[in-house]
Parts: sequence; C-alpha cells; structure tokens
Amino acid sequence: MPERYLLDFEEPMRRIRHQIREMEDWSDRDPEYTKNEIKRLEDQEKRLSDEIYSNLTSWQRVQIARHPQRPHTLDYIKKMTTDFIELHGDRKTGDDPAMVAGFAKIGDIPVAVIGQQKGHDNESRIKRNFGMPNPEGYRKALRIMKLAEKFSRPVLSFVDTPGAFPGIEAEEHGQGEAIARNLMEMSMLQTPIIVTIIGEGGSGGALGIGVGDKIVMLENSWYSVIAPESCAMILMRSTEKKDKLTESLKLTAQDLKKLGLIDNIIKEPVGGAHNDPDLVAKRLKADILKILPELMKTSGTNLVKQRIHKFKAMGRWSE
Amino acid sequence: MSWLETMKKSFHIGSRGEVPGGIWVKCETCGAILLRDRLIENLWVCDKCEYHFRITPNEYVELLFDKNTFSELFASVKDIDFLRFVDTKKYYQRIKTARSSTGFNSAIITGTGKIDGHKVASGMMDFRFIGGSLSSSVGEKIVRLADYAIDKKLPVIMITQSGGARMQESTTALMQMAKASAAIGLLAEAKLPYIVILTNPTTGGVTASFAMLGDIHFAEPKALIGFAGPRVIKEAMKCELPEGFQKSQFLLEHGYCDKIVSRHHMKTEVSKVLGLLMD
Ligand SMILES: [Zn+2]
Repeated sequence: MPERYLLDFEEPMRRIRHQIREMEDWSDRDPEYTKNEIKRLEDQEKRLSDEIYSNLTSWQRVQIARHPQRPHTLDYIKKMTTDFIELHGDRKTGDDPAMVAGFAKIGDIPVAVIGQQKGHDNESRIKRNFGMPNPEGYRKALRIMKLAEKFSRPVLSFVDTPGAFPGIEAEEHGQGEAIARNLMEMSMLQTPIIVTIIGEGGSGGALGIGVGDKIVMLENSWYSVIAPESCAMILMRSTEKKDKLTESLKLTAQDLKKLGLIDNIIKEPVGGAHNDPDLVAKRLKADILKILPELMKTSGTNLVKQRIHKFKAMGRWSE
Repeated sequence: MSWLETMKKSFHIGSRGEVPGGIWVKCETCGAILLRDRLIENLWVCDKCEYHFRITPNEYVELLFDKNTFSELFASVKDIDFLRFVDTKKYYQRIKTARSSTGFNSAIITGTGKIDGHKVASGMMDFRFIGGSLSSSVGEKIVRLADYAIDKKLPVIMITQSGGARMQESTTALMQMAKASAAIGLLAEAKLPYIVILTNPTTGGVTASFAMLGDIHFAEPKALIGFAGPRVIKEAMKCELPEGFQKSQFLLEHGYCDKIVSRHHMKTEVSKVLGLLMD
C-alpha cells in the first residue's frame, strides 16, 4: 500500500508517525522498551486522530473531499457493481474522459451508471481533466440516461467534480446549454435517479448530473454553488478568510441535510473514505439497494411528479 | 404622447449605475463619446457600434408591451438572508440596498401583458439587483410564472440579465437552476412557446439553466453570454481569448442563438414569432 498522503491539519499525526518509525529502528537494542514506547505512541496517535476527526471544520472536509487518494467514480462502480460495460461518446462531437457512463448490475438490478471521473496519478489526472467535464461529457451522460429511460433501468449518478471545465472549446460547444438541457431532462426522466456526491460537488458542473429522486452524500464530500476559495476571491478579493467563508457556505453533508437539500449521509471511516474504500462502497451499496425497490415500484409519471415537487420545494423566501 | 416620447420619458427614469450622469456618455465597447439625450432617443444603443447599454425591466416593459397592458405578478416574493451570510457586507444589507435602489423585491420581475395583442407571461431580470443573480425568490417566481402560463395557456417571454447563481444563498441558490429548469420542462410539455431574450450579461448558473432552454433564443447585439466568465477561462487556458469570444455573434455562429435582434426591432420580431407559433 502506498504511503498515506497527509493533509496539512494532519501534521501532528505525521510527527507521531515519524517518531514511531524512529522507534522501530531502535528495536534491536531494547526490544521491550521500544515495544512499549511504540504502543504508547500509537495510542497517542489514535487519540489525536479521534480528536481531529470528530471536530472537522468545513474547510477540512473540503480538503478530505479532494484527497488525492480518495476513491473516485470508477472505484465505486468496480466495488459496488458487476457486469459493468463502459459506453463512450455523445454521438455528436466526441467522448469526454472526465465523464464515465455505462450499464452494470447492482445486486441483481441492472442500472445505468454515470459520473465524473478524476485521475489517481499525474498522467490520469490530466487525461481526466481533473474531473472537469466538457459539454460532450454532459451529453454522453444524457444519452445514457435516455437509454436507461427507454429500457426502464434506474440511473445511479456519481458526482465528483470541482466544476464544469471553463475552456474556450467548452464555450464554443455550449457548456451552458449542455448543463441546462440535463437539468430539464433529468427532472422529466421517467425512471428512478439516485445521485451520490462522492467527493466534490462543484457548482453547475455537479448539478449537471445531480437532479434525482434521492440525493445521497458521503460524510466528507461538499456541494456548493461555488468552490469556497473562488467564492472568497470573488467576494473578499482574497483567499485568506476561506475557512470562515467555507463555514458560511453550508456546504457539508451535515449542513445540507439540515437545510433539506439532500436525503441521506453515508458515514466514512475515520480520516476519510480513502482509509477504507471497501467499507464505504459496501455502505453506499446497501443504502442504494434499500432505496431502489421503492422507487422502482413507482410509475415513471409519478416519479417525475414527485421529483419536480421535491425540487420546487427547495428555496427560502418570504412574502 | 407618442410611443417614442413615452419611452424616452421612462428611459430617463431608470437609474443606470454603469452610466455616469452628465450630458455625455462614453460607450463601453467602442469608446465613442455620445450625447446622452441622443442615446436615450436611440433606446440606449450606441450609434457608432450598436452596443446595447443595459436597461431595466421598467424599460423593457415600455419596449415590448402594448401600452398599459403589463401587470406584475408575484411581486411580493422577497429574498431573505436565511444563512445569515456575511462577506464584505451582510447579505440582508445587500438585499435592502437592492430593494431600495430598484424598487423591486427580487432580481426578476414577473407579470403578464400583451405584445401586439398577443397575451403573454413574462419574466425580466434586473442586473441592478445583486448582479441579477439567481436566488430563491427568482427560482420561485419562475416556477409560478410557468405554472401561471400553463394554467392560462400563454407563451413565456424571458429576458435574461445575470451574473449567475446568488453566492450568498449557496447550495440553495444552485438548486434554483434545477427548479427553474424543471418549470421550463413543464412548459415544454404543455407545448407553450418559451422565448428567451439574452441581454448583457447572461452568465453562469442562469446560462446553465433557464436561459439556454428556450424554443427560440434572441440576443441583443454584443451581449456577453456564456457559462464561465471570460476571466476564469483566461486563467484556466493561460492564453488570450479570441476576438468576440462569448458575444452574441459567437453564440449565433456556434448554434446557440437563433437571431441577433436589436432593441429597435425586438417587439416586432417577438410578435412575429408569436404569430407563427401561436395563432
Ligand atoms: Zn459604441
């Protein structure tokens, strides 16, 4: 297993781990002493990590959501489904590697799967455009969703993007139109849609595959109108106060559940999903399998009615 | 009073943050120095380059609707600061300022009226109201407008003018994109025309929702229309942007706009389309 990548707020744990490694080098000289000492340090590390992870700030959760070793869409598809076949292309312009789409089975249920895909090393990150789709990606996702509707298959959507790609070609190919079309089509799609925010839910680029009957979030994912540091840049002209602004944006799973914008939260292991991807996949799969049967019993017309009702109820105003 | 005189009168009333007072006004696009009175007479269109200065919903009412036919709907729907959001200012302070400077409760004015005798429902956004940003009140008014149009079997004319979703309402503002798009979906299902008039600027979450879902897209000349802002794109691409990038002509050339229509002809063109689709 590769060395764990530690985030800045995990620095105190890095120090302890360093001490543990030093101790291990000493073990030849005084095995009994080093054994006890390592045990003591490990206990200390455990206490420290419990303390850090039970009091995570919103900004720290954003960092975990972006953790370079965090599992991404294809990891969950592999761990949760069988018979996965990836399908390519929007049948208009091209194929976008930042969006994956296809069909698979979860349990015994055939489903369509769509999701933004990030890379796991430099090369694959560039290939996946850091999970920032172009219009072709949104159109590919829509094509697969329309197939799902045609063949009465539910859709599982995995959201993990810092945002839709802000590029020249993206604008030439109608990034705005592609996302808008998905929002409208997804609200009218006559088959169940379960959306899971597995990492970053960055703005319209996330929502572009984010309209569904049930919205699930992993415990350390975020979902917001704008990335917190971009928000700080625009509103405060500096990223200095990003911690406080991140808190104000109410972008964590816990905040959004309270605001009534999401339905379920999937608990992650201490430290984040990357510490035990199998466990998170197992929990998410169980949640989806619990939700799906009820949705699959509902007629397409009623699903659409309920879904539109759900989104119409979002918003706070006065009269 | 003639139509033009009424218009001139109402065009004097609208406050226009981007235009300094005085007799002369500088064109933002070509830099020409223009006589203010002549500019007003020309519906705030630059003589030299056809740039359309931003105008307000009050002025669009004058421009598009038959005299005294427009009546506002859902005017009491107001923004609230439910997150107690603070950046350099408190959000509720921003709302208060916007309300007093525009005289409206929301960044969109909704209502119903007649265009050359065609009865329509209409939404008109106001950039002066916190950048015309998409907030809960805007989303709610679009839903009500669409429901109203479906109930009365009316086409919807939407004038967009917005910097995107309202950051101070965070994820709730983001969800308004889905909410408004669902409303437009219902309108489409009811087979009622939805005509969008894109004005300067229309960007971000508004472009990525109800602004790009029209059956017909008209754009005022030289308007900035896009998803990502030009500065963000420049940073991401690390290169200069091509001439005319994200302007109306660019949208026309790439297939996202049906026709560029100057303010002088907007009413005629909208009315023509309504005649072709509705009568
Ligand atoms: Zn000019």
